Amino acid sequence: MVDGQIPVEEYETGNTKHKWNLKKIKSSHKVLAEYDYKKSEIKNGFANRTLYINLGTNQIKEKKITEDMKKKFTGGRGFGLKLLWDSIKPTTHWDSEENNLIITTGPFCGITQYPGCGKSLCLTISPSTDIICDSNVGGFFGPYLKFSGFDAVEIQGKAKEDVVIVIDGEKGKISIETAPLEETDSHLVNEQLTHMYVSEDSEGSRQNVSVVSAGTAAEHSYWGCLNFSFWDIRRKVARMKQAGRGGLGTVLRDKKIKAVVAKVEKFSGLQNNPADPGSLAKLGTKIHREIRDLDRYQCNMRTVGTGHLVEIMDEYDLLPTENYRFGSFPKASKIYSPNFYKLFTKVIPDGCWHGCTMACAKTVDGFTVMTGPYKGQKVTVDGPEYETLGCGANMSLWDPLWILEFNFYCDTYGLDTISTGTAIAFYMEMYEYGILNKERCDGLELCFGNAEAALEFMHRIARGDKGEFVGVAAKGIRRVKDWLIEKEWGDKQLIEDTGMESKGLEYSEYVTKESLAMQGGYGLTLKGPQHDEAWLIFMDMVNNAIPTFADKAEALHYFPMWRTWFGLNGLCKLPWNDVEPVNNAEADDPSKVPEHVQNYVELQNAITGWNVNKEELILQSERCYNWQRAMNVWMGRGRRKDDWIPYRSMGPVTKMEYVSRKERYDKQLVEILGLSEKEVEDMDIEKKMKLLYDYKQDQYQKLADAVYYRRGWTPNGVPTPQKMKQLGMDEPKMLKMIQKKIDEDEKAGLNVWGGKYKRGENPPSKDLDYWEKG
Amino acid sequence: MRSYWVKTVGIEVNGRKIDWVENETIKQLLRRMRYTFPLVVVKINQKVILRKDFPDVVVPDNSRVDVIHMISGG
Repeated sequence: MVDGQIPVEEYETGNTKHKWNLKKIKSSHKVLAEYDYKKSEIKNGFANRTLYINLGTNQIKEKKITEDMKKKFTGGRGFGLKLLWDSIKPTTHWDSEENNLIITTGPFCGITQYPGCGKSLCLTISPSTDIICDSNVGGFFGPYLKFSGFDAVEIQGKAKEDVVIVIDGEKGKISIETAPLEETDSHLVNEQLTHMYVSEDSEGSRQNVSVVSAGTAAEHSYWGCLNFSFWDIRRKVARMKQAGRGGLGTVLRDKKIKAVVAKVEKFSGLQNNPADPGSLAKLGTKIHREIRDLDRYQCNMRTVGTGHLVEIMDEYDLLPTENYRFGSFPKASKIYSPNFYKLFTKVIPDGCWHGCTMACAKTVDGFTVMTGPYKGQKVTVDGPEYETLGCGANMSLWDPLWILEFNFYCDTYGLDTISTGTAIAFYMEMYEYGILNKERCDGLELCFGNAEAALEFMHRIARGDKGEFVGVAAKGIRRVKDWLIEKEWGDKQLIEDTGMESKGLEYSEYVTKESLAMQGGYGLTLKGPQHDEAWLIFMDMVNNAIPTFADKAEALHYFPMWRTWFGLNGLCKLPWNDVEPVNNAEADDPSKVPEHVQNYVELQNAITGWNVNKEELILQSERCYNWQRAMNVWMGRGRRKDDWIPYRSMGPVTKMEYVSRKERYDKQLVEILGLSEKEVEDMDIEKKMKLLYDYKQDQYQKLADAVYYRRGWTPNGVPTPQKMKQLGMDEPKMLKMIQKKIDEDEKAGLNVWGGKYKRGENPPSKDLDYWEKG
Repeated sequence: MRSYWVKTVGIEVNGRKIDWVENETIKQLLRRMRYTFPLVVVKINQKVILRKDFPDVVVPDNSRVDVIHMISGG
């Protein structure tokens, strides 16, 4: 027992209990389609088939996974990309009939011997960006989908009325059923469906059911997330993890899916039938010991989860406050992890999949809801994780209880906390400048720190409020920027520079002003500014370890490829580098945590029976990464102009920001731009800001030049046929398409470097046709 | 003249020159630099210093100190 832990048998959440007539709810279902399938064993981590469902035609069928598909796409997100390529068109939008919502697993998914092996990868065409969005998520659904016999499920078409899709791995039956009476908000519908589809009335049996849903706000917003349930037998609650980014939940509700249910008869640690279970067990034992012995001295994830990052980010001036204006704030200590530790229920283990000793999924049980339709009820709040806490800071909400309220409603309404929080922070800044006001915000006083207004905004989204502001604002920052500019309510440059989105997706919660590499980590990405490709702030800004453009480009090649690999396999990245071996410091390249990389090499071999090395892992990712970028190009995006980022992520947009870090910026003018101290002293602030603005914009373009070159792309950011062939991705239709796009760019004069190179400076190559040499 | 204009001899931490403080241990240096992140690797003149020795090892004058913050987070 750890300090503060409550014995499981004595534990009660104190949550409000709901009584539903589940028989009546279930009897109202009308079966629209059924499909019986032959159950089969998983071999070496793969079920070797995927499930296809079309809600427009009620077609249900199986698709085989070929060895060639594994060779090229590995699994997980890679399979999702292949299925998307085969099913959508370049003109497909998020709400097109043919848009495909895909949930995939990966060969590691469902393993219990090694931590972090319960992840699903979800893909679709995003309402926010109109290109592919991928998002990873814990919970039991992915493993149960695979144990039911499928490496992925893809859902095309739209139902005419609300439906649930049931994947019954116990009986070997898939069904599409109307679902008129279920709740929509996730904390309720997930509980209802778990009880409804359970085989027998026991906690163990409830644990064999997992539900994917999105709440009422997902119907009216572009920020819809997917909630993946996992039944907690200690708390007796259907807890949830979120596939948050890019509006996957919006697509789910647009297809009129109330939920997708997966159930299994049983599960075991060896259900993946790994090729070499002995090696798997050995590797697992080693990492479990490491986490048990070292976590408390390192990141303390087992105690406070990812929330430990708040105090660190605040200390390093990286915690976004007031819409990323600042990186630290005097009140930030109010939301440091010890304050949430006090609120967390100390019942362990706390993982979102079995066997995860990292166990970072924390909860606050018996939280009394303060506003909205559930006011006064007691609920379990999963989290908050670092990103949600960062949203609190960004909106200047410093009361842990209001952050929990925000977290609860985002989850149950099906809203991505990151996009919601980042967007509200932008609206709050616009409110401060008078570009928005109470009248323009449909009566909401959306100023920094006004938690009640932020929550009321979310309730209105969930209710489908018809107000002009709520309607536009629920679609995200990009649409609000266009709306404000069209209305001529504010300075266009200020609006563009301060709204923290790129490609239409809102930024996650890190201040990047002093890290050029991290600006690239957000901008030079596939789906938009999410930290899951590369997190390079420390390496760049603090360690000063990647000073040149070539160094940064190398990091922006290696880390996105490495991080992509987790998604191909159904893995969480936290056990890679949120705990490190005791002798990691002595390794050649400690930032990569080489011993853990080697674990993953051996794990993939132990599970799949392949014989790969660490270079092959990167190649696996490179194939899929380039494929996804090429698909973005196919859809009319994926060029330099699409990798644009707002200036707030590079430097000070307002005088207030400059003044707040005057010493730093003055020093940059002297040390980097070569001005004399006297010149800086005498210069007015607007001039200083302009000099920095021009310099930083040019730096970003030079970084893009170096990164595109390193990745083997054209100077306009397009993967080349030569590169694709080199990777073995030789599908003629794809190669022909990218050659055509490159030729179009050539004609338009776009195959040129973006940086302004002075005498003595060189672009990555003097030969602009470098890629043609292969 | 403000402090950041002063050219110091002393030590170099992550490529940036700072003042040397006599008898300063690694633990004290990390506090001075406000490096509170727990996952750091410290090297003095390329030699790795074990974390358990941070309170005892004194940073010599004219040394190059690398405080490598692991990535974590994200």
